[in-house]
Amino acid sequence: MSGYFVSILQGALLTVGVSLAALVVAILLGLLGAVAKLSGRPLLVVPATVYTTLVRGVPELVLMLLIFYGGTIGLNHLLAALGSKSSVDINPFLAGTLTIGFIYGAYMTETFRGAILSIPKGQMEAAWAFGMGPVRTFLRITAPQMVRYALPGFTNNWLVLIKATALVSLIGLKEMTYLSKQASAATREPFTFFLFAAALFLVYTSVSLWALRRLERRFSLGVKRAQT
Amino acid sequence: MRWDVIFQSKHLAMYGEGLITTLWLLLSSLGVGAVLALLFALALTSSIAPLRWIVGAYTYVIRGTPLLIQLYLIYYGLGQLEWIQARWDEVWPWTHFKEPFFCALLAFSLNTAGYTAEMLAGAIRETPAGEIEAAQAMGMGRAQAMRRIVLPSALRRTLPAYSNEVVMMLHATSLASTVPAMLDVTAAASRIYSDFYLPFEAYIFAAAIYLTITFTLVGMFKLAERRFLAHLAPRAH
Repeated sequence: MSGYFVSILQGALLTVGVSLAALVVAILLGLLGAVAKLSGRPLLVVPATVYTTLVRGVPELVLMLLIFYGGTIGLNHLLAALGSKSSVDINPFLAGTLTIGFIYGAYMTETFRGAILSIPKGQMEAAWAFGMGPVRTFLRITAPQMVRYALPGFTNNWLVLIKATALVSLIGLKEMTYLSKQASAATREPFTFFLFAAALFLVYTSVSLWALRRLERRFSLGVKRAQT
Repeated sequence: MRWDVIFQSKHLAMYGEGLITTLWLLLSSLGVGAVLALLFALALTSSIAPLRWIVGAYTYVIRGTPLLIQLYLIYYGLGQLEWIQARWDEVWPWTHFKEPFFCALLAFSLNTAGYTAEMLAGAIRETPAGEIEAAQAMGMGRAQAMRRIVLPSALRRTLPAYSNEVVMMLHATSLASTVPAMLDVTAAASRIYSDFYLPFEAYIFAAAIYLTITFTLVGMFKLAERRFLAHLAPRAH
């Protein structure tokens, strides 16, 4: 009995791993998407808009199954076309990370776009007046200031992302949810094990919430708050 | 790509059946969820502290755990508990716990109620103090001011956030496909995938269906916002 709890705890580590790796993918895609959407060049705006609209209009589960099963077959067709006789199985960790990162990249795009728009335009203009290029302006002026505006939306996206990792169990990654389902089937005590998994998720989301609140306070230093 | 398989009438019929299940799940869970959310929001903003704590703890747990686990807890978990097992053959409400649709509906309603209650409670707390003072000055009591002044304006202000929640709920219904014997749009696609090994066609068709419903819902909420939030729109010159 306690063996199952230990294995679910190990699965919890994998859940942390998937969500952090997916977060990195989502942040990168989100920054790219936001910059593309704000660039004003149709060649960049159109694909970014299609990306965010499609991803936010379709359930995560459907996208995940499409990318996982479709990706496996597509890759094998590609290998066959290249003359290889071996077939590959996509690693569920990689597939889950990339899919969740791809989905939440679309949500991050909107969060980051809104945050960049909230920064007074004069800040960027001052940077250009000092001779900074677009990259340096972004790194030194835009990025540090957008953190504060992006944090509330980012916190929401992150919490939803953590919970979405439970879906990866459906494509066979042996993480927390997968292992608690197995333990339930083996012991015929589903209530106990799913409650345990739910409690672990709650710990994970609570710790995240606490940490992000501290971060928010850190990035809001020097911002005047009106007394109500 | 073999789209002809998807467009065979019996497979289209399967998607159609799935679509009915998906829409039915969405509407009924939103309906039950909205009633619960209103009660919970009143509890969250009430002056009775224990009520606030209990409902606050509820929304915290619901919002902090994945819906998939909540669904598993209800569908697989409750059936294990003896006090439910002892009743689910004859005593009325418990008999439903054997039905997958009921279990999915219960999980989705409880979930959306948690999220919506927090939104609604936020909107109630943000009611301009002047409006409440005006109601008091007119001689309205707590309940009357709540019914006539606070709730109508709070419900309107929740509309934009609620439209997100409705789209999220539509997407959440796809989790019903993880419960055996449930045939929603996602489950229909999964059956075609496993019968014909056509992941692209099956899931892209499902995605197109969801996308269509999402756009319809967003459009309907835009119309509703224009109607109910007209007083908050920027003034025309």
